[in-house]
Amino acid sequence: MFSGNGPFAWFKWEALFQDWRLFAKGFLYTIELSIFALLLALVIGVIVGICATSHSKVLRGIMRVFVEFFQNTPLLVQMFILYYGLPFLGVILSVTTIGIISVGVYHGAYIAEVVRSGIGSITKGQFEAAYSQGFTYWQAMRHIILPQAMKVIMPPLTMQAVNLIKNTSLIAIISGADIIFTAKSWSSTNIYYGPAYVTAGLLYFILCFPLTRAAKKMELRAQEGMGGAREQMA
Amino acid sequence: MAEVLTRNNLLFILDGLRTTLYISALSIALSLVFGTALGVMRSLTRGIPQKIAAVYIEVVRNIPNLLWIYVVFVVFRLKSIQAGVVSFTIFTSAAIGEIVRGGLNSVNKGQWEAARSQGFTFLQILLYIVLPQAIRNILPAIVSQFVTVVKDTSLLWSVVAIQELTGKITILVGKFSRVEQFFLLYGIMTLIYFVVNFVISQISRRLQKRWAHH
Repeated sequence: MFSGNGPFAWFKWEALFQDWRLFAKGFLYTIELSIFALLLALVIGVIVGICATSHSKVLRGIMRVFVEFFQNTPLLVQMFILYYGLPFLGVILSVTTIGIISVGVYHGAYIAEVVRSGIGSITKGQFEAAYSQGFTYWQAMRHIILPQAMKVIMPPLTMQAVNLIKNTSLIAIISGADIIFTAKSWSSTNIYYGPAYVTAGLLYFILCFPLTRAAKKMELRAQEGMGGAREQMA
Repeated sequence: MAEVLTRNNLLFILDGLRTTLYISALSIALSLVFGTALGVMRSLTRGIPQKIAAVYIEVVRNIPNLLWIYVVFVVFRLKSIQAGVVSFTIFTSAAIGEIVRGGLNSVNKGQWEAARSQGFTFLQILLYIVLPQAIRNILPAIVSQFVTVVKDTSLLWSVVAIQELTGKITILVGKFSRVEQFFLLYGIMTLIYFVVNFVISQISRRLQKRWAHH
C-alpha cells in the first residue's frame, strides 16, 4: 500500500509535498469562507433567534417560516439557485460571495434555533423581575437574559460552527477552490488520490476537531453547573 | 409551463424522488444498526472497542460528508446507488453513534449496578433496561438526523451522477432554457424536499413534546 506503486506510495506523497502551496491556498480559502459565512450566520441567527422569542405573533410567524424553509431544504439546492438562477435575473455574483451567502444564511437558520431555545431556557420570572426594575425589553435581553443564555447556547453554537466549516466544502461543487476542490483537481491529473484525500481530510480535521472538543467540554461544564444549582434548590 | 409539466417529466421527477427516498431509507436503516453498536462501544468505560468507536466517530464527524462520498467513489471505483448507500452509512453511523452515546449517558449509572446485583448480564441490562430508556431521550434527535440524510443525498448527483431528485431536475433544466422554466423546475424540487423534510422534522418535534411531559 505504501510501497511500489500502491495508493499511498512514497513518491506520490513527495509529489504532494512539492505542490504544498496549492493545498495551503485551498486551506486558507476554506478558512476565509468559514469566517465570513460564520459572521453572517451569527448576525442572522442572533437577530432571528431573538425575534422568535418576541411578543409579536406576526414576527414569530415570519421567523418560523424562515427557519423551517432553510432547515428543510438542501444547502446544495439553495446554492444552485444562487449560482444558476440569479444570472437569469441579471445578477452575477462571484462563487465566493455565493458560498458565503448560502452557507451563512443556511446556518443562520440553525443558529437562530439555538439562540431561541437558549433564551427559552431562561425562566419568565427573570424578565418580570427585570421589568419591575424598570428595564425595557431590549435592556433586559442585553443585560440579564443573554448573558445567562450564553452558557446554554455556546455548546450547540460551537457544533454549528463545525457543521458550517464542513458545509463550506459544497462550494467545491460550483468550482470554488477550497480544500476538497484542490484535492480533487490535483489528483484528477495525476491519479494520486490516496495522499490527496488523506491530506484534505486531515486539514478539515485540524479545523473541526478542536471545536468539537471545546463544545463537549463546555457542555459538561454547563451540565455540572445546572446539576449543582438543582442540588442547591433541593 | 405546459411543455415542462408533461406526464413524462413528472414521472421522471417522481422517479428521482423514489431514488432519493430509497438511498435515504437504506442508509438510515443500516446506520441505525451500526450507529447503535458504535454508541454502545463508545460509552464503555475502557477497552479496545471503546477506543475504536471513539476514533471512528471523531474522525468521521470532523471531516465533511462530501469528502467521504469522494473517498467511497475512488475506493470502489463505481458510480452506483450502492456506493451512495455505503458513503451515507459511513457518516450517518458516526452521527447516530454520538447521539446513542449521549442517550446512554443520560440513563442513571445506578441502574447498571442495581441490575447487575440482580444477576442481569451486560447484554440483558443494555437491551431490557438501559436502551429502552435511552431511546426516549434520543429518538427526536435521531429522527431529525433523517432530515440531514435526505438533504445530503442531493450531493450524489454532482459527485457520482446518481439520478436522485436533484439529478433528475438538473437533467430537465438542461432541456429547457427559459427563466420561468428554470424557476418552475427548481420550485418543484425545493417544494418536494421541503415537504418530505418538514414532515420528518414535525414528527421529531411531536416526539420531543410528547415525551417532555412524561
